[in-house]
Amino acid sequence: MGYTLNFNLIWRHFDKLWGGLLLSLELAVISIAIGIVIGLVLAVWYVSAGRVVRSIIAAYVEFIRNVPLILLVYLVFYGLPTVVDIAYSAPTSFVATLSLYSGAYLVEVFRSGLEAVPRGQLDAGKAIGLTPWQRLIHVRLPTMLRITLPALSNTFLSLFKDTSVASVISVPELTYGAQWINFNTFRIVEVYLVTTAMYLLTGYVLLFALRLVERRFRAAR
Amino acid sequence: MSDASNAALLDVRDVSKAFGTVEVLRAVSLEVKRGEVVTIIGPSGSGKTTLLRCVNFLESYDSGSIRIDGKEVGYRDAGTRQRRSERDLAAMRAETGMVFQSFNLFPHLTAAGNIMLGLRKVRGKSEAEARKIAEHWLGRVGLAHKADSLPAELSGGQQQRVGIARAVAMEPKILLLDEITSALDPELVGEVLAVVRSLAEDGMTMLMVTHEMAFARDASSRIVFMADGGVSAVGPPAEILATEASNERLRSFLARFRASHF
Repeated sequence: MGYTLNFNLIWRHFDKLWGGLLLSLELAVISIAIGIVIGLVLAVWYVSAGRVVRSIIAAYVEFIRNVPLILLVYLVFYGLPTVVDIAYSAPTSFVATLSLYSGAYLVEVFRSGLEAVPRGQLDAGKAIGLTPWQRLIHVRLPTMLRITLPALSNTFLSLFKDTSVASVISVPELTYGAQWINFNTFRIVEVYLVTTAMYLLTGYVLLFALRLVERRFRAAR
Repeated sequence: MSDASNAALLDVRDVSKAFGTVEVLRAVSLEVKRGEVVTIIGPSGSGKTTLLRCVNFLESYDSGSIRIDGKEVGYRDAGTRQRRSERDLAAMRAETGMVFQSFNLFPHLTAAGNIMLGLRKVRGKSEAEARKIAEHWLGRVGLAHKADSLPAELSGGQQQRVGIARAVAMEPKILLLDEITSALDPELVGEVLAVVRSLAEDGMTMLMVTHEMAFARDASSRIVFMADGGVSAVGPPAEILATEASNERLRSFLARFRASHF
């Protein structure tokens, strides 16, 4: 093996990776935030709706879950603007895609959480005279959140990693930065080692933070 | 004046209900007057809990009428069978308190928080007012020192006492108690029943389902015996719980009950 590791070129272009990581985080945070709204609204709607609405929501979830993310990214970025008269930047397009994507997964997480709230708690809410809306806000959602927190952490983490797919439409996030350095320096091993370490480290920090939140909530159970 | 106090506070008339093809309530009628403690006993599956849940419309019923203070429960009026709006139902339920077999405290709220939720959101009390009322009732059930404990930090008996405080703090016209000691370890039953007894002494109107016969005998104004979804016998405790009861079903229920509990 005549290959010697040389990280000098990587450090010279490290701003590409660092900037990429920040953009990855930004894409993840915005998409997950929108995804949470989509997921919550649809999950609450689902558990209280009739069969038609349920099948529409289920169809959305099934569609998203059965199509690879990369294909959805292509569809929204290249496909949609050729059919409809809209224009958007690659990052915006990706955020839209990942939001819809995370929304579908979060609907499932929230729906199962809502359905897992013990019936007795809802009865207790009714019995003291809370309206349906008040029962949702003050009884059902808080308990649902406790039930779903572990699943939520996992979903958040995998959505963060999914931001790497944005590289295929040239969004300069972390993976794209790594590719750029690779193409320009040919230090493929070094750049992907460093990039892997950056994903790993960020993932651990996120997971640690989420576990702290979980523990706080579990203590309050 | 005497008219109002003599009229039944709770008036259940010919209430029937079926789950699919299973008739759980068959033309049940009963009355509870202001200040009365009425106990429902009977074998499991006789419809006791369902009846109780119909009184605050946690369950709908198919026919008949239930009135509290003259006001039809659940439906706009007995004739039309038109369900009340959710807002109406909520307002109506706020007038009846309910204590559950499995406590059903809100796990994310402290003991005081459980009591305050209804006071704040339904009664529109301020935080400070609600807290004061919560503390008062926690004191009444002997848990003043547990105001800031979460349900998970309380024993079953303590949780149930919070459940009672949560219900009575709303100042309901009638309190519904659904087998409130059935999920408790035997040594914790006494502390919960003591609270119920003190409420009865205060004149709280109560309708309760229980398997605690000794308590039913001591605390009830009247006992209703239900079997197969219908009222099989009604009367003062001494009469209903007498071993020589004339009602065949009641006699065999009590015999089986005594055999398994003593």
